[in-house]
Amino acid sequence: MSAGVSVTGPEVLSGPGGLPGATTAAGRHRKGLLYWRGRRLRPWRFAVLAVAGAYFLVPLWAAFRFSLAYNGTGWSLEAYVDLGSQQGFAPAIWLSAQLAIVATGLELVLMVPTAIYVHLRLPKVKRVMDFVTSLPIVVPPVVLILGVLAVAPEKLKATPFLLALEYVVLAVPLSWRALDAGVRALDVHTLVDASRSLGGGWAVTVLRVLLPNMRVAILSATVLTVALVLGEFTMASLDLQQTFPTWIYVYSQSNGHVSVAAAMLSLFVTWVVLVGVSALAGRRGGREIALV
Amino acid sequence: MARGHPSRGASGALAAKAWAPLAPFGAWMALFLGVPLVAVCIGAFENGSGAFTLANLRAATSGSYLRGFENSLELSLIEAVVPAIFGMLVAYAVHTSRGTFLRRMVVTTSGVFSQFGGLQLAFLFIAAIGGQTALVSNWLRDIGIHLYGNGITIYTFAGVALVYLYFQVPLMVLVILPAFEGLRASWREAAENLGARSWEYWRYVGVPVLMPSLLGSTLLLFGFSLSAYATAEALTSGTIALTSIQIGSFLNGNVIAGQENVGKALALGLVVIIAATMSVYVLLQRRATRWLR
Repeated sequence: MSAGVSVTGPEVLSGPGGLPGATTAAGRHRKGLLYWRGRRLRPWRFAVLAVAGAYFLVPLWAAFRFSLAYNGTGWSLEAYVDLGSQQGFAPAIWLSAQLAIVATGLELVLMVPTAIYVHLRLPKVKRVMDFVTSLPIVVPPVVLILGVLAVAPEKLKATPFLLALEYVVLAVPLSWRALDAGVRALDVHTLVDASRSLGGGWAVTVLRVLLPNMRVAILSATVLTVALVLGEFTMASLDLQQTFPTWIYVYSQSNGHVSVAAAMLSLFVTWVVLVGVSALAGRRGGREIALV
Repeated sequence: MARGHPSRGASGALAAKAWAPLAPFGAWMALFLGVPLVAVCIGAFENGSGAFTLANLRAATSGSYLRGFENSLELSLIEAVVPAIFGMLVAYAVHTSRGTFLRRMVVTTSGVFSQFGGLQLAFLFIAAIGGQTALVSNWLRDIGIHLYGNGITIYTFAGVALVYLYFQVPLMVLVILPAFEGLRASWREAAENLGARSWEYWRYVGVPVLMPSLLGSTLLLFGFSLSAYATAEALTSGTIALTSIQIGSFLNGNVIAGQENVGKALALGLVVIIAATMSVYVLLQRRATRWLR
């Protein structure tokens, strides 16, 4: 049996290649398998990836095409260009941005000290924290907003303030995992002892030693929280706030092409930012950001 | 009180001091998650004037609301099993690929689809297949499938099920990839050196190790699908009879007098189902991590 027998193509060989070292038992299994550049080719792998690729890319492509047909005369990017001047777009984006800033700020102020403290002083509590921080996943947003509107004081109902407070809760599972991973990657005790023995007070230790070491974790938590706030629809619409996602929904009655363009744009921007952060996290040798 | 012998009260004060820095987080969760949840649970048993009643639960488990639960459970069953199988295959295909680029792209994209875009995804599908002249509808017509002639639209149960796959499959990929990464190459090599064929490896090593993760992930998908709201709301404008949509409609003002608290009974039912599902998920996950250390 030699490579020359292969008739399937110059690069597809049937024969040795594959895993070095696995010569005994594996030899039997190799028969009939295809190799490409010394690697086993598995047709099912390509089939699965092709089907998945088609299922996920076709709607994206179709939506993109649809958004290009904005003014009905051929293809143009006008739906994207005109987005900024659409009725209600600017206030909606501004409201979403404010919510993102406030919720992210509160989230970090709440979660960063908590994460550091739990790792430093109460490691036993970590399990409890893992449980408590996953509760917002268990409670459907529609149930949470129902309960919130039942108990909130009248002044807070149907205001963005209520949303900001609740978005902090919704972002807890994502931010806790990011920060938890970030602190765990540090040798907190050594860092703290070193800083303290060199005369650093607690403020100096946290601000100039721990936080700089947690840059990527804090960035991940920030990005995840912002992405969550910018994409959240359920609570915003039931709290009667016109944020960016609710605007997309409402505006689809006026012009579907614009709404689809806005939806595409928001997915794309989220994706780009997450790719950037995960590349950053990967380069720093940490694990990638945990999303679930 | 002698020094060096702190009384019970003093050690209690010490413990309280140790816990104090967790107070802001605990208070926030209690106030903005705990209190609303308790309000839902209590409200489910109250009539309009605040007296105890079981009428809400009875209403929530009959007629159109019972149908809502049935539809939600049926949808979630489909959205747990189908994406679990397909997502597992995709995850394995990604896991066996060389290099980290494909993996990183798949993980990030999965994150965007499953976590941050329920509403936006609905619009992708409306554009793709939402009308007779949409791109995919045209393609299907060209190969002889007349969706709209057969009364199948994206705005019905089948359509919602199709679109849910778009975030359920990525979610499965996200949660099951770490499990595949926990399968050590040495196990496979050991099996092969002992003469195991590929199917034997999977039958006696791979699948048993993965099983808790697989079952757990399926449950997670089930719960995720039950609590989803945005996609179905955007697709059907709130007309589909799913429990989450029905709960939302109580806030949208479509309430019959005397039924104000039926929404809370529905919410209670939903939370109970999801909590039960998630408890089993946590147990299975704990079992699964034995192998993934």
